[in-house]
Amino acid sequence: MSQQGYVATPPYSQSQPGIGLSPPHHGHYGDPSHATSLPGVMKSPGPLGVAAPGAMLPPLPPGPQQFGQNGAHASSAPGLPPHRFAGPAPVRSVASAYQPSAQPSYPSPMSTPPVVQLGGQLGAMQLDSHGPGAGPAGPAAFQGPPLPAAPSILQPGPRVLPPPPTALNGPGAPPLGYGPQMGAPASYPGGLPAGPARMAGPQPPKQLDPDAVPSPIQVIESDRAARGGQVYVTNTRGQVPPLVTTDCVVQDQGHASPRYIRCTTYCFPSSSDLAKQAQVPLAAVLQPFATPPADETPLYLVNHGENGPVRCNRCKAYMCPFMQFIEGGRRYQCGFCNCVNDVPAFYFQHLDHLGRRLDHYEKPELSLGSYEYVATLDYCRRSKPPSPPAFIFMINVSYSNIKSGLVKLICEELKTVLEWLPREGQEEPSAVRVGFITYHTVLHFFNVKSNLAQPQMMVVTDVGEVFVPLLDGFLVNYQESQSVIHNLLDQIPGMFADSSESEAVFAPVVQAGMEALKAADCPGKLFIFHSSLPTAEAPGKLKNRDDKRLLNTDKEKVLFQPQTSVYESLAKDCVAHGCSVTLFLFPSQYVDVASLGLVPLLTGGTLYKYSNFQMHVDSQQFLRDLRGDIEKKIGFDAIMRVRTSTGFRATDFFGGVFMNNTTDVEMAALDCDKAVTVEFKHDDRLSEDSGALIQCAVLYTTVGGQRRLRIHNLGLSCSSQLADLYKSCETDALVNFFAKSAFKAVLHQPVKVIREILVNQTAHMLACYRKNCASPSAASQLILPDSMKILPVYMNSLLKSCVLLSRPDTPTDERAFQRQLVMTMGVADSQLFFYPQLLPIHTLDVKSTALPAAVRCSESRLSEGGVFLLANGLNMFLWLGVSSPPELIQGIFNVPSLAHVNTDMTQLPAVGSPHSQQLRTVMGIIQRKRPYSMKLTIVKQREQPEAAFRQLLVEDRGLHGGSSYVDFLCCVHKEICQLLS
Amino acid sequence: MATYLEFIQQNEERDGVRFSWNVWPSSRLEATRMVVPLACLLTPLKERPDLPPVQYEPVLCSRPTCKAVLNPLCQVDYRAKLWACNFCFQRNQFPPAYAGISEVNQPAELMPQFSTIEYVIQRGAQSPLIFLYVVDTCLEEDDLQALKESLQMSLSLLPPDALVGLITFGRMVQVHELSCEGISKSYVFRGTKDLTAKQIQDMLGLSKPAMPVQQARPAQPQEHPFVSSRFLQPIQKIDMNLTDLLGELQRDPWPVTQGKRPLRSTGVALSIAVGLLEGTFPNTGARIMLFTGGPPTQGPGMVVGDELKIPIRSWHDIEKDNARFMKKATKHYEMLANRTAANGHCIDIYACALDQTGLLEMKCCTNLTGGHMVMGDSFNTSLFKQTFQRIFSKDFNGDFRMAFGATLEVKTSRELKIAGAIGPCVSLNVKGPCVSENELGVGGTSQWKICGLDPTSTLGIYFEVVNQHNAPIPQGGRGAIQFVTQYQHSSTQKRIRVTTIARNWADAQSQLRHIEAAFDQEAAAVLMARLGVFRAESEEGPDVLRWLDRQLIRLCQKFGQYNKEDPISFRLSDSFSLYPQFMFHLRRSPFLQVFNNSPDESSYYRHHFARQDLTQSLIMIQPILYSYSFHGPPEPVLLDSSSILADRILLMDTFFQIVIYLGETIAQWQKARYQDMPEYENFKHLLQAPLDDAQEILQARFPMPRYINTEHGGSQARFLLSKVNPSQTHNNLYAWGQETGAPILTDDVSLQVFMDHLKKLAVSSAC
Repeated sequence: MSQQGYVATPPYSQSQPGIGLSPPHHGHYGDPSHATSLPGVMKSPGPLGVAAPGAMLPPLPPGPQQFGQNGAHASSAPGLPPHRFAGPAPVRSVASAYQPSAQPSYPSPMSTPPVVQLGGQLGAMQLDSHGPGAGPAGPAAFQGPPLPAAPSILQPGPRVLPPPPTALNGPGAPPLGYGPQMGAPASYPGGLPAGPARMAGPQPPKQLDPDAVPSPIQVIESDRAARGGQVYVTNTRGQVPPLVTTDCVVQDQGHASPRYIRCTTYCFPSSSDLAKQAQVPLAAVLQPFATPPADETPLYLVNHGENGPVRCNRCKAYMCPFMQFIEGGRRYQCGFCNCVNDVPAFYFQHLDHLGRRLDHYEKPELSLGSYEYVATLDYCRRSKPPSPPAFIFMINVSYSNIKSGLVKLICEELKTVLEWLPREGQEEPSAVRVGFITYHTVLHFFNVKSNLAQPQMMVVTDVGEVFVPLLDGFLVNYQESQSVIHNLLDQIPGMFADSSESEAVFAPVVQAGMEALKAADCPGKLFIFHSSLPTAEAPGKLKNRDDKRLLNTDKEKVLFQPQTSVYESLAKDCVAHGCSVTLFLFPSQYVDVASLGLVPLLTGGTLYKYSNFQMHVDSQQFLRDLRGDIEKKIGFDAIMRVRTSTGFRATDFFGGVFMNNTTDVEMAALDCDKAVTVEFKHDDRLSEDSGALIQCAVLYTTVGGQRRLRIHNLGLSCSSQLADLYKSCETDALVNFFAKSAFKAVLHQPVKVIREILVNQTAHMLACYRKNCASPSAASQLILPDSMKILPVYMNSLLKSCVLLSRPDTPTDERAFQRQLVMTMGVADSQLFFYPQLLPIHTLDVKSTALPAAVRCSESRLSEGGVFLLANGLNMFLWLGVSSPPELIQGIFNVPSLAHVNTDMTQLPAVGSPHSQQLRTVMGIIQRKRPYSMKLTIVKQREQPEAAFRQLLVEDRGLHGGSSYVDFLCCVHKEICQLLS
Repeated sequence: MATYLEFIQQNEERDGVRFSWNVWPSSRLEATRMVVPLACLLTPLKERPDLPPVQYEPVLCSRPTCKAVLNPLCQVDYRAKLWACNFCFQRNQFPPAYAGISEVNQPAELMPQFSTIEYVIQRGAQSPLIFLYVVDTCLEEDDLQALKESLQMSLSLLPPDALVGLITFGRMVQVHELSCEGISKSYVFRGTKDLTAKQIQDMLGLSKPAMPVQQARPAQPQEHPFVSSRFLQPIQKIDMNLTDLLGELQRDPWPVTQGKRPLRSTGVALSIAVGLLEGTFPNTGARIMLFTGGPPTQGPGMVVGDELKIPIRSWHDIEKDNARFMKKATKHYEMLANRTAANGHCIDIYACALDQTGLLEMKCCTNLTGGHMVMGDSFNTSLFKQTFQRIFSKDFNGDFRMAFGATLEVKTSRELKIAGAIGPCVSLNVKGPCVSENELGVGGTSQWKICGLDPTSTLGIYFEVVNQHNAPIPQGGRGAIQFVTQYQHSSTQKRIRVTTIARNWADAQSQLRHIEAAFDQEAAAVLMARLGVFRAESEEGPDVLRWLDRQLIRLCQKFGQYNKEDPISFRLSDSFSLYPQFMFHLRRSPFLQVFNNSPDESSYYRHHFARQDLTQSLIMIQPILYSYSFHGPPEPVLLDSSSILADRILLMDTFFQIVIYLGETIAQWQKARYQDMPEYENFKHLLQAPLDDAQEILQARFPMPRYINTEHGGSQARFLLSKVNPSQTHNNLYAWGQETGAPILTDDVSLQVFMDHLKKLAVSSAC
């Protein structure tokens, strides 16, 4: 139930969700449905008879699905777990409010005067900013122009009208003996199997005006308006930073910028009891290598020469602003473990009258939240200075890749992209060495030593026990060997032109790269360009095990697990030798991303996937990714350690990490886009005075081959008041945490259970708030803390993500890919991923460079006469309404009308018109800072590819499952009510 | 024929055969009493400029168990067109082609002067010769450079249609593909993993006959031979490529840390070479030429670890059973050698290093396949360069002096059986009626395979007289032996050389004089020495010496003339007189003495001893010493310390070394530069004479000997001093101060003492 639940396997391992999981007081959510479901599963009595087969089918017509809950239990209904959302027949006084449609005799929520509630609630929340909303016309306030913070109170009740009979019962039979269940199904025309069951309870809220629910856009815009463009000074402990979507300049004055560390809450509860009560996850999303914008100061580099960094003797924390100097500066007290240390002689400095060192402002480690140390030899492997890293390019030259021209494309591109190898500062040329391998069922190494007239190929056929055939000449300096490398890259496509090898190996390829780096004694990164399931006889051989029949069963999780243990141990070896693997996949069918992707995930690499890669369509996207990946800021052979002040500690790490023990996070490489989410737990009381301090130290090797320590410090406040906790929550980070913990859990538990837990915890957090922080009010009110008011919409989107929603038409690989993707995401990326940006292009002001105001991700926001751009970090859609203005179409596409627009294009034509230029600028801005190059799809309204686009309108009901925002809110509300009762 | 000496010489020149006995004792009992077995040294491909090969096939005896070749000893009925086999007495019809024969119109093989004749077989496809270079890259830069140049030079010496291949090795083993344009391609193997032939072929992509794609691609069948020979290409096609490839060869790119030997995967490299040829060209003439600059240090066949602080095994270690890799490595190379021999390929080893290179373990590769073994200090020496060049020397016909894949078959008349052979051969395990149960050398067969042959390769073949004492051979009866050597000539022709010899039988009791006079003590010494060396490979050194001594004593007892218990009266006839001296020097030779030699050196010396012809073998046993002085023309002198005189220049030829030694006075004169003064021009000539003679020897010898120029008191004089008979030592001081030679500081017995003992033992009735 709580966030810690995801790792506590015993409860989740039970196949009957809802039983035993839930703390007793909400056990009944599961129970009723379970109770009703059993007979249904077994016998399908009465009108439910049709449902048993139906349960196996994709979305059913609403009619016979009264039975939905049974169906869901029976394993297949691709919707949300019904017993969770449905709470089918909770004929309790509280829940009853949501069932008027089925049993009109129940008191309708309408009966509660909304105004009063609203007013009362406002008072309770001490929000002073939404005065207007407090007016007598409560509901109207929600409908009106966005009011800052207004939706913090939501009351679905008032809007509920007795639904028209059609909506209620649909084509199905009128409710008979089944009461609420029967009433449910029809409620969503074109609804989903999940729908009916869910609707049973909270059906009325469906009538809720979407405008009345909290709008993410509004929240984002108001934060932007309030804090955007300003300077955010990090001089206060526990201050909540602006949202990730808000641009501002961060000034480091003792705490790390939110770009590096962003917490789920900036005020920790002071005791573990309190934390348990609230169930708000205490976590931080660390992105130690995040790229600061150009107008912020890059990190200072501290060099203590041979003395190395100053560290606490006991807990080994690094010198930072949290260290308190005492005794005239001769000693200092560690802020983390309170140990009193002597100040080393070389570091001594007198204190001023405030007790601060005189050099406070001269030393970054005394005054800044983030800085870097030059590491001494003690911090290096085998106490030897590290060598600069190497990049190895490994190209699959099997028949299909040669034929599709992919190999040629890669080779051509490498010729230019190698000019942009990362370098440190102004260093010229880059210290990074490069090497080349091609492979299919055997591996070809290339000797490109600069003194050779032509490259030499060395074939290694012993894939069972792969080894590196040469050392000198394999990894070379690009500048020195440029002509040989170009010669090689020119020849590679032709060299294998008559190869008919269609199979390929994979694990030996990684192994070879790793062995090469090991032999050269340097860290590095492998760029593998791969396209098929490795079926050739070799270690790591995989078979096609994609099986749709596993969906919605307890075995579904195996689809996310690697097929063999080879890849995990391989990844482990890679990490041990500082070898990061970046994988470019070009699958035309199932390639088992769950297995192959494990290597890049665990080694801090990136997985890029281009399904059904077509040269003319997808090459630009791929090339942008390749360039971006080669050039990006990266540190190698990294070890991260998160230290905390006494009273709590880091307990769990999510992301592309590998851990040999419980504290050291080892990463073969860590780049600017990778984030690690850390969960904290109490092990003692926290003092409100000293707060909660976090120090994240990353020891790594720079691209120039220098060993460094990057330190980020952050202080959080502590409080024994739950209200303080809720005030300081950060929804984006929370969603990041929830997504990662849920996606990690899919490896071990059925998605159904996970979804349930997510809903539960959401409800629990909100219920706790309601109970402890909000002033008493009618149970039918849904009251959300201001800091979390858009949590439900994000959570709903997370629940609808294809990882957590098993649908037969989602390729297994895609799910595994997205799962992995999210595991390493930073907060900004996860925010965009779970709530895509939807921009009305037709309103674009050609004279301004500002982005147009985004609109909410709902179909109702689209208009036939409009053109919309939608982006989620992976894909970009340009949606063209059926009656989009021809001049706009002309301006963008240079064709006379919509009918002439070619939807195959993945790049907008360069038309000289201001519309075109402006649109392309906007797309550029959206793309900027995103780790993945987004693939552009042109979608015409009411044409085939629209489905993929609609899938991303996350506030709507999913086409294949997943509830709408409003429905979800109602469901959560019902849960809360249950919890509170 | 005047004397036996002439007879022997004539026979050797014509047939390449030297028998220990040229008149054969007629019964088994008598033969065993002769001590020295009836045996011969056969040089199967002895150069015969006067012998044009005939362009037809031999006529064989029709008896399936015999199949002897028609020869001058056969009785021919010209009218009936019949001939009688002289081995099995089967009467055979001449084939139709011989219809026109008569007493005056005889085919060559019936003429007495063609007791050795060579046939050229026209049948069968001729496959080109194959040369597979296996090159060590763990060499010093200048060594590698020299080797590369030698290899490049060798390309120009190869026949243009020969197939060549290149494998290089160090820490890894690389098989180079020679047919690729634009980029050089090689297949790399880990140097530590032993692979089966099948695995090697799979990994090289040589075994894809059952490829399902084949039907889909009609072009495939034609391609196949090319695929299989990707690694072996005609020299004329890839001459330039290979020259460049060799030019670009780098030293093994793996760093060698201080105190370590470079990792050298000789075992795997050879294994791959063998596997490659096995899969692609079995049973055709092929040479694997291994060039190595150090011991194998990893993988199967490793001889020593890579820690420099642990030295490579010595004889001492071997005696103490302290050579931990030796057995395993030997086994590995033996397995390879046997496989190679079975495929008819041969392996050469060119080992150039200052330390040992593991020849002891690898020797079977050359010994069983008839390959060359060359040992030198560096590839950058003329010793290696010229030796290597000499491999490709051509005979008077312009053909390479090498032959491949030979089988030697021996047929005997029924009074004789074959006991075995010693030489660069392996048994083909062909049992037959003429195979003896008593083995001497490699026995139990009448056929041997000799994968690599050159005109000097010589085998010792041992026989047993089986005729019973009570079945006397009629007066004037002759025993006959036929040697049939089938081989692939370097011109790729298949050829058969047939040598048929006959010798008289004699009754040992009544005609002992005859037998005695027909004793060839040189051949006998070499044949006995081969037996001794053969035994030394498997037995303890002292046991072998004891055995040799006993044989010598028995021979002296049998053929000496003496009064019992009177050593002074002991005499040996002329035909035996040198034999004890040969034995004396043999006992001191490096073939039987391992003291002062590394195991590698011993293996090297023994390798050459077991394959050189009689003259060379004798030089090896008892080096030749020439003396140059103002007293007269150069003369051979005794190999004795008394020959070392101050006013002489000595030239010693031990086969492996040529030593020029300046006597004390001569050396002083030379230092005083008398040779530069016009008035002492004769001194200049004197200095020059041995140099010229040495050059002459150097020119002809294979392998090229080590050339040592030293003088009295020079450190290198030890080569001379260790060879001469130590007639004057620090023990018999009477020689001190006299001008009668140089004392040798040794405890070894001198020839005089040896002879005294021998006489004493021979005349004693005790043994």
